[in-house]
Amino acid sequence: MVSKMSSKMVGSNNLANARRMVQQLRVEASIERIKVSKASADLMRYCGENAKYDPLLMGIPASENPFKDKKPCTIL
Amino acid sequence: MGEMEQMKKEAEALKTQIEAARKAAHDTDMASAASGVAPAPRVQLKTRRTLKGHLAKIYAMHWCTDNRLMVSASQDGKLLIWDSHTGNKVNAVPLKSSWVMTCAYAPSGNLVASGGLDNMCTVYNLKTPVIKTVKELDAHTGYLSCARFLSDTEILTSSGDTTCVLWDLETGKQKTVFLNHVGDCMCLSLSPDMNSFVSGACDSLAKLWDIRDGQCKQTFQGHTSDINAISFYPSGNAIITGSDDCTCKMYDIRADQEVISYQDAALNSGVTSLDLSASGRLIFAGYDDFNCNIWDSLKGEKVGVLSGHDNRVSCTGVPGDGMCVCTGSWDSFLKIWN
Repeated sequence: MVSKMSSKMVGSNNLANARRMVQQLRVEASIERIKVSKASADLMRYCGENAKYDPLLMGIPASENPFKDKKPCTIL
Repeated sequence: MGEMEQMKKEAEALKTQIEAARKAAHDTDMASAASGVAPAPRVQLKTRRTLKGHLAKIYAMHWCTDNRLMVSASQDGKLLIWDSHTGNKVNAVPLKSSWVMTCAYAPSGNLVASGGLDNMCTVYNLKTPVIKTVKELDAHTGYLSCARFLSDTEILTSSGDTTCVLWDLETGKQKTVFLNHVGDCMCLSLSPDMNSFVSGACDSLAKLWDIRDGQCKQTFQGHTSDINAISFYPSGNAIITGSDDCTCKMYDIRADQEVISYQDAALNSGVTSLDLSASGRLIFAGYDDFNCNIWDSLKGEKVGVLSGHDNRVSCTGVPGDGMCVCTGSWDSFLKIWN
């Protein structure tokens, strides 16, 4: 098992780091947010419109499935 | 008041402001909004191929854009290129370092990349008469956890040194360093429009970055442990994450928050990997408990499971045409399901 190295500690006492953190928070605070109801509606619409292009959701007919082993033809 | 004190106060005020703005936008959650949507059908997929050839744990796999070839990486020290239709091995690339953690196929199909505990990303040309190493990208000070090509001339990497880097493959130099995580970066995913990417890290945060200006635009919290897997939703407006906290979550980018969590009291294994079906409706998530669970991304319900591996599922991938899902495992096999 690959062990994850312990995270580098960002010195919270370091003034430069504090300034960077505040600057980053200012960027993140300034964005416009839409309501979750609108975000959800858009996601649901996207899924609905694209469902027919989703083979794993719709199922794949055997004749169109490149991974299905075709049964060998028997010449009678 | 000293500047340090002032900074701390402003930081607290900004965090409070962000939380309040998120709360104000939280007029519902995804599962409630989708309560009227017809449930996804029960998904029962069959193993169509079991790809045998690696001699040790498989750590990563990635589909080629032709939806047929794929590359896998194992700690047996090899990358294998497979033709998924026939199940045959097309190429084997011996690695200088066997401690590989990631592999990637370039969109052109010309190049593959690998990296791991050697802290390097090595890029190989598959189209020369003999497979050649074309670049060794050597600047990370921690392990390489993930790599993704933007083109034959640019690649993005994430590292245990807590940074992500955009590299110029012609010069072999770093173009942009993405600095903001405080824990090992474990995974990354490119947006469909290729203008941004998201990263997941051991600081339990996911971050959205602008590729060109290097800026972290948004930070998504909610997980309580390392994020091991991350993927953009095909619409580009949401991301799915998978974590050691045994849950997957969807974060909506425009609402800037978690909108649904995929979890089950019976599940107490970490999520190692994930990918989405073509419409995004289905999430395929690989777990430490040897299974890959299938979730309805809108309703938050488990709709199927892929059982068949004898060890942890370490990687999961759906090709661009959505025709199947591939799982790779520490049991040394890859399986293709549909």
